[in-house]
Amino acid sequence: MARDFITPKGDEGIYQIDTASWRTYKPVMDKDICVECGICLTYCPVNSIHKENEKYIIDLSYCKGCGICANECPKKAIDMVTEGDK
Amino acid sequence: MGKTIAITGNTAAALGAALSRPKVIAAYPITPQSSVVEYAASMIADGQLQSSMVQVESEHSAMSVVQGAAMAGARTFTATSAQGLALMYEPYFRMSTLRLPMVMAVAGREMTAPETIWSGHQDTISVRDAGWIQIYVEDNQEALDMIIQGYKLAEDKDVLIPVNICYDGFYISHLYEGVNIPEQSEVDAYLPPYKQEHVILDPEKPMAVDPMTPGNLVMKYRKSHLDAMQRAFAVLDKADKDFGDQFGRYYGGTVEEYKCDDADIVLITMGAMSGTAKAAVDEKRAQGVKVGLLKIRMMRPFPKQQVAKVLADKKAYAVIDKNVVFGWNTGAVYMETQAALNQLGYKIASLPVIGGLGGADISLEHMTNVIEKLEKMNKGDDEQECYWLED
Repeated sequence: MARDFITPKGDEGIYQIDTASWRTYKPVMDKDICVECGICLTYCPVNSIHKENEKYIIDLSYCKGCGICANECPKKAIDMVTEGDK
Repeated sequence: MGKTIAITGNTAAALGAALSRPKVIAAYPITPQSSVVEYAASMIADGQLQSSMVQVESEHSAMSVVQGAAMAGARTFTATSAQGLALMYEPYFRMSTLRLPMVMAVAGREMTAPETIWSGHQDTISVRDAGWIQIYVEDNQEALDMIIQGYKLAEDKDVLIPVNICYDGFYISHLYEGVNIPEQSEVDAYLPPYKQEHVILDPEKPMAVDPMTPGNLVMKYRKSHLDAMQRAFAVLDKADKDFGDQFGRYYGGTVEEYKCDDADIVLITMGAMSGTAKAAVDEKRAQGVKVGLLKIRMMRPFPKQQVAKVLADKKAYAVIDKNVVFGWNTGAVYMETQAALNQLGYKIASLPVIGGLGGADISLEHMTNVIEKLEKMNKGDDEQECYWLED
């Protein structure tokens, strides 16, 4: 997405720093439990979660594994798992 | 055409806002702005204005509410003064740096302490570097007209910066003057509905705005903001011309010149005191003194080219500031005028003047005294010390 440098928008991402490399735990979403409420997208501080075709997708190329999405998910559909385990 | 009625500056501001058809108004009352909120609320209650009025608990909330509404694409309006503007500072800075266009009226008031509720430019001058466009007006008609023009300027795709319309507390906010109220259809023709494109909050396409951003990108956002500020001069000039063509009132855009063409010495003013300054110029002209007045209309961005163009061939000028810059023993408009002239290579004798703080009177005699000091400087007197317009 072309950045116009007018209003800073989350869906343009930042992608200046390889924050994915900071991760110790990664969020894994159970799509069977997810009710598509969008709370995870709202709370993700860096907009690593996007809505695509009515589904919420976690973009691991930028997620630094803070775990806020897992903590806020009302259905507990997101698990934080150790990198490399799954 | 419209109709001409006697109203206060606050009513003029509320009517200017109503004619601009804002979708959302959120404001908290503060002297001397309160009746703007009261009048807007009564227009909504009486069904004369189709806007959502949000009753908030503070100015911080007022600016935050309109910020959210603006991000969803609504045209919004608010108004404040002094301590209210100070409380609003945090979302105020974010409004401009999120590049959300809106108009906020400010009934200018001195900052406390000593405790004062009266007129001054200190409130808006103190936030002149918070990214907003700031325009100062001289009378009630200009307050109404500039709120309408303010939207035209703020919403221009080359600008996208919120605008303050600053009018002196009490001298404008509370005094009655004849004001022409344009027809709604005329205003609609000048100011079509706003359609925001650069950012829009939409539940169908959820996203967050304003993520944590590293410094190298912050630099790019700031540069883009500053570049847009520089484009605002031309956009205001065009907004002024289009407004004049539609309504018959031209204001000069960034500055207004009064009898400057053949003048040797020039007074520089901003806001309501400009009327007194014009009377002083007329009085001194009748005595054969070649004096003119330069009224600064746009303080942010500062119109350095336009100011230098007027002053280029003058012998001396004085700037009367209704604010102070702590640490410089002058006011802000003086400092900025000097900076502009210096940058463009002009060396002109100048006199900093401070007056009108906390509603103190700036009399005709004060103005003629300043002109007499300029006459002496024109004859070689080296006057540098700040001149305070005291009793």
